[in-house]
Amino acid sequence: MEYLIIIISAVFVNNIVLAKFLGICPFLGVSNRVGTAVGMSAAVLFVMVLSTIVTYLLQKYVLDPFHIAYMQTIVFILVIAALVQMVETILKKISPGLYQALGIFLPLITTNCAVLGIAILTIQNDYNLMQGVVFTAANALGFGLAIIIFAGLRERLDLQGVPKGMKGFPISLIMAGLLSLAFMGFSGIVK
Amino acid sequence: MNHMRHFFKGIIKENPTLVLLIGMCPVLATSTTASNGIGMGAATTFVLTMSNIVIASIKNLVPNKVRIPIFVVVIASFVTIVQMVMQAFVPGLYKALGVFVPLIVVNCIILARAEAFAQKNSVLDSLLDGFGMGVGFTLALTTLGAIREVLGNGTIFGLQLLGENANTILVFILSPGAFIALGYLIALVNQLIKTK
Repeated sequence: MEYLIIIISAVFVNNIVLAKFLGICPFLGVSNRVGTAVGMSAAVLFVMVLSTIVTYLLQKYVLDPFHIAYMQTIVFILVIAALVQMVETILKKISPGLYQALGIFLPLITTNCAVLGIAILTIQNDYNLMQGVVFTAANALGFGLAIIIFAGLRERLDLQGVPKGMKGFPISLIMAGLLSLAFMGFSGIVK
Repeated sequence: MNHMRHFFKGIIKENPTLVLLIGMCPVLATSTTASNGIGMGAATTFVLTMSNIVIASIKNLVPNKVRIPIFVVVIASFVTIVQMVMQAFVPGLYKALGVFVPLIVVNCIILARAEAFAQKNSVLDSLLDGFGMGVGFTLALTTLGAIREVLGNGTIFGLQLLGENANTILVFILSPGAFIALGYLIALVNQLIKTK
């Protein structure tokens, strides 16, 4: 039950992109086509869960015991960057198929604030490891949901006549606002 | 005088938020009020200026292959300093900005300026470039914050503007308002730049 609340809250009520504003860059950058959006979400899910596990263990067994919690930002960003690099190298060797599918999205993820943001939020919310992993996976699914819906909308938008000044970025942002408004309908399900 | 153009270009012509369109997450998340906008802008400007200075000074010592991790460590160190200072002196603001203070480290503007400017130019030029970009970012963030605060809450910098009983559009201080207000602001800037 407790896990269900975490999942519903993270996917619908406090959606990572539309309510928490994490990962806006890939949300606006790689959402031109549904196919690309699916690839990006898969890569984010994979890296985010992995990095939450690693950063959680680091926080609990290195940073906390030695009272160097103020090093959190530096340590986490380096670990995430190294992890992405490692995942890329390992995938290339072990599973070329998956690497082909996720390949181009992996380096982009290092600068994705969602990964670092969720790693920090997991610590701030005082989750245990299992809750943290569920929380992270649910957030990654929320990211996927938002970016895939948005990509579908943008494919339709390409065919519409838009005023000159609004073309491209501005109209996408306003559409994201409307999507966010729609997601607000879920608020109140979980407090 | 020639150096000053590096400062001014960040404010309007190459404004990171409204023209280059990078570093969107903190813009959307921390512009709920004008004062939050200024706080976030000041923190980012400090990190941007300091990291540009340091990176421009060490550019000849850094091997090309490992430059990105080194830049990230420099940036993360200044972010940690900002975090500690804010926690000590402005705990209210630190709480309001929340997770977005440590997330300054992944703000694309900072790494972009390090990569595109500081590692190729002199210390003075990099300082001006970082400071100009920071001021441009702060201006955009404060403008957006002021618009959202007036429309959504009827106040500006916490002062009553529209009177106690005014009908405000609450959605503008909630998350959808951030997207919509920023969309219209960028459209306005686009229109102004194109017709000039």
